[in-house]
Amino acid sequence: MRQHEVIIIGGGLAGMRAAQKAQEMGADVAMISKIYPTRSHSAAAQGGVQAAVSENDSWESHAYDTVKGSDYLGDQDAIEILCYEAPGDIYALERMGVIFNRNDDGTIDARAFGGTSVNRTCFVADQTGQVLLHVMWEQLLKSGLTVYSEWFVTKLLVEDNKIAGCAALEIPTGRVEVFRAKAIVLATGGIGQVYNPTTNGLVVTADGQALAYQAGATLMDMESVQHHPTTMKANGVLITEGARGEGAYLLNSNGERFMEKYAPNMKELASRDVVSRAETMEIREGRGVDGCVLLDLRHLGRDLIMTKLAQIYELARDYASTNILEAPVPIQPGHHYIMGGIKTDVDGRTWDVTGENRWEGVEGLFAAGECANVSVHGGNRLGGNSLLDTIVFGKRSGAGATEYANSNDWAPISEDAALVDQESGIKKIFDRPADGLRASALRLEMGNAMNDGIAVFRTEEGMTQTLNTVRDIKGRFPGVSVQNKGRVFNTDLLSVLELGYMLDVAEVIAVSAINRKESRGAHAREDYPDRNDEEYLKHTIVHRGKDGAPVLDYLPVTMTKWEPQVRSY
Amino acid sequence: MDVTLKIKRYDPETDEAAHFEEYQVDLPEYGAVLDGLLAIRDEQDGSLSMRCSCRSAICGSCAMKINGKSRLACKTMVSQLKELEGDVISVEPMGNQPVIKDLVVNMDMFWDKVNAVQPYLRPEGPAPEKEYLVSNESMMELAVAMNCIMCGACVSDCTVLEVDKGFLGPAALAKAFRFAGDPRDGHKQERLQLYTEPNGVWDCTRCFMCVSACPKDVAPMERIMDVRAMAMEAGLTNTRGARHVDAFASSVKHSGRLNELGLAMKTFGFFRAGIELAPMGIRRLFKRRLPPLMHKKIATAKNIGRLFDKLGV
Repeated sequence: MRQHEVIIIGGGLAGMRAAQKAQEMGADVAMISKIYPTRSHSAAAQGGVQAAVSENDSWESHAYDTVKGSDYLGDQDAIEILCYEAPGDIYALERMGVIFNRNDDGTIDARAFGGTSVNRTCFVADQTGQVLLHVMWEQLLKSGLTVYSEWFVTKLLVEDNKIAGCAALEIPTGRVEVFRAKAIVLATGGIGQVYNPTTNGLVVTADGQALAYQAGATLMDMESVQHHPTTMKANGVLITEGARGEGAYLLNSNGERFMEKYAPNMKELASRDVVSRAETMEIREGRGVDGCVLLDLRHLGRDLIMTKLAQIYELARDYASTNILEAPVPIQPGHHYIMGGIKTDVDGRTWDVTGENRWEGVEGLFAAGECANVSVHGGNRLGGNSLLDTIVFGKRSGAGATEYANSNDWAPISEDAALVDQESGIKKIFDRPADGLRASALRLEMGNAMNDGIAVFRTEEGMTQTLNTVRDIKGRFPGVSVQNKGRVFNTDLLSVLELGYMLDVAEVIAVSAINRKESRGAHAREDYPDRNDEEYLKHTIVHRGKDGAPVLDYLPVTMTKWEPQVRSY
Repeated sequence: MDVTLKIKRYDPETDEAAHFEEYQVDLPEYGAVLDGLLAIRDEQDGSLSMRCSCRSAICGSCAMKINGKSRLACKTMVSQLKELEGDVISVEPMGNQPVIKDLVVNMDMFWDKVNAVQPYLRPEGPAPEKEYLVSNESMMELAVAMNCIMCGACVSDCTVLEVDKGFLGPAALAKAFRFAGDPRDGHKQERLQLYTEPNGVWDCTRCFMCVSACPKDVAPMERIMDVRAMAMEAGLTNTRGARHVDAFASSVKHSGRLNELGLAMKTFGFFRAGIELAPMGIRRLFKRRLPPLMHKKIATAKNIGRLFDKLGV
């Protein structure tokens, strides 16, 4: 059995930041990641990270934009912390080595982004996430952090509602081991592969959300799923909001800048939910181009494109045979992000420290980044706020976990029982005939159902159909088999374990979505087109009941100084 | 679009040696090689192992040898391969690294070498309260190297690593450039010293393989040349590599052509040249390919010397 006071599960930005903080505070900390950390999907964030670093900006303005962007579902105490701590954290990252684009005076430059009242998005060309991720990784090399790379966590071990450790499978050898910990931070990222298509990588499979849910923690606002306005038709890959931030237009088949109609002030730079809906309306009403609208960058000129949007130039060339210097590129809304996640407080704790048990949690279990819900994004996340979320709340949860580990004893743990349990689970899968159901087929069925029913526009009927399909797949899941029965780098086995995680989370998304009978942020219902503050200005929370089915409840939204207003851009 | 993928398979638990297996898949117009591999894994043979994630050339997981060249499977479009390189596409694991299973290699050595160049900023003196004030140009020069996604394609195709496992290799040395060239770093001299030691920048043979393999236009070899230039500028001229460059330039400047014997003497030193190069000299003597013992200027040597003077070198 391996043992560390604090274990971070997930090697992306939030996990690295948590590990760094815990290490700084002197904890014995280790990181477990199912891929080598630099492979994490944080690298795919292109456009930038928000922080009020400019002279004409303030953290209060950033906070207001974020509250409004969230359609008033974000907790304002958490949003204040996010925006207040942002500049300090961005400066800290710069001093670690991030090569931010600069102003003439050498200070950090900021570009325009959707839903922001001033230019606030700090950036490194269109590869911001990759640079942030690599710089954080460099810092961990410097400090010599223990990293269990290519280990897949199969279960959180909980004793008397306290975290005791986790079980994990070493992918290159197939060996299962038990890790003992006083505190665990989940930082596993999003749920992308629950949807088809998605901008997210193939490794983004809702692991943390499912591990927490199965261990007894609460998932909050899981209906808040974001579709990004500019994704490529061929494979769902993202085109950064930075393109519109730099001035690109959205055009319909008549060549009209249709956003002038839907968001007269902000136009292409309205928040993502607004732009995705507008695009969908244009396509539905017959003004699309083969199921897409057009993103036109031509007027930005070669110099700007090749210096600030070079990656986009390549993606459009490779995946759409389009030279963006000469022609607009077809794009469509596609799944991108989940605002919902594991319910935490502002220090990453999944349990209610007041002792009032207002929600179900696991003591000693923390979460940060996309897998968590603090909640700063509410019903709709602003571009550039997700990288910031990982940096600020990754740090805070690393600190929270260290403090918890310092003041709590090890929970009892039974290594043998955990090993037997995990091995028998794997053996069960291996014992099924090799020609049985394939995880890949069920995953595709689930992804399509989610995209059909719970995407840009939603209806009771569509969502119910999706939920039924997901439950039907869950019913067939115990028959899923593998063709590879070996132990070494068995990705066939991993795909089964990951599908199990995703099905649990897909069910929670569907149940949460059906029960929010209003339109708020990314949750736009055709049968309830208006926001209904009287009944639904509240968080949806779900935990797993004794029978394994999701149990639904609600929590109030924390307001500090911004009362809900009509939201227009 | 129908395509045949010929994949090198190896399972250490059942196979004695690697072998090729052929698969037919039907891909959409914009299918990448990775899409083909995923289709095979999902629909035909779940035992196929590879690393992959982002599908957009940013995570660096899926470098492998495609038709013998190291590339990212997600960025290599099948339609282009079919047009330019034929209907059957061969897929093999990366080179210069041990295979774990199928297309998955053990990258421990890769990461160890990156770690060996101290790949993290080491500022000196008191930190500013906010950010370091530096020019946009100085940052964007580093962006070229920061583009590196650590996929390993350059290391896979490196011809020096094929014969000398000790060479730090193109990825690690491109990373080295990124720090040696950062105006915020406080240990430039120490870094350049480290990077010019044996196994460092002077061991590159300038074969260009890494430049052509790199999917992110980092051009690692160019970055290695940048570090060489920085080291010479910083006065680190007493390495074989630096002496070689000096002797080469000096010979051409003064005589208009290369003095091969003089070059060897100056690079290796008089005695070491005698010991280390004597066997080669004798072989070349028998083949009548020994360079002339008396070095002669070309007729227009003066003009060449003037060119050097004009360039200030």
